[in-house]
Amino acid sequence: MVYLTRKLEFSASHLYHNPALSAEENKRIFGKCNNPHGHGHNYTLEVTVAGEPDPVTGMVLDLKELKEILEREITQRMDHRFLNYEVAELKDQIPTCENIVRVIWNLLEPKINKGRLHKVRLYETPDLYADCYRNGAQGA
Amino acid sequence: MKGGLKIDLGRRYRFSASHRLHSSKLSEEENRRVYGKCNNPHGHGHNYVVEVSVSGTVDPATGMIANLADLDGFVEREVIEPFDHKSLNEDVAAFRENVPTTENVCKEIFARLKNFPEARLERVRVEETGNNTFEYAGEEL
Repeated sequence: MVYLTRKLEFSASHLYHNPALSAEENKRIFGKCNNPHGHGHNYTLEVTVAGEPDPVTGMVLDLKELKEILEREITQRMDHRFLNYEVAELKDQIPTCENIVRVIWNLLEPKINKGRLHKVRLYETPDLYADCYRNGAQGA
Repeated sequence: MKGGLKIDLGRRYRFSASHRLHSSKLSEEENRRVYGKCNNPHGHGHNYVVEVSVSGTVDPATGMIANLADLDGFVEREVIEPFDHKSLNEDVAAFRENVPTTENVCKEIFARLKNFPEARLERVRVEETGNNTFEYAGEEL
């Protein structure tokens, strides 16, 4: 098995606010991430696909094809957007790293038809990230 | 066949500390041979980076596996405060007998963090320098 990873960056804004909680609770739980007009990050996404290289092309999945999937599914949807208001898949969810990485997984998994999606890692900052993978598929 | 989705949260922290690699079980000469300049008598220091990975259920109310402020506070109290700007050999009880190689530092940090109440500790990765990295995920059951 070979693991292929492609990176991409996008910039977006978000804020953390749960309408079911009081203003004080929102402030206490989310701190400055609750500031009303939001704030932004440069996100870095690492997408890892696992598979056997095709004997003819030597590729698990054509990188160009993967790049196009990422452009269509992620960049166009999330880059330079306000995640809370402009990304339908995140509606009614707090756009934490944990929730965004799961949304990204669910967008990408059905589109990857050669090899299989192994892991998605999303960095919100260089010091904070979330990984999403299938239970039992950790490693590499 | 497909397992459910699993989400881990990773967070990086930093501390600077000195250490000296010297084993009381070896002779002076063997210590010099095994540890080289890391055995120099007065020790030396590193800027360590600690990457902590935890897993758990994402709380639908907060969107979080664990509140970051709580995780930060826990790591600060258990690891950063006792290790930062210290001599690992002299100031951390675990390294009085145990050689503070980064393998052992990694295991000690894992032991200190494994009781984090809000999420399960998956692994600890320690960078001693940009070129040396160690990872510990506990013992296999």
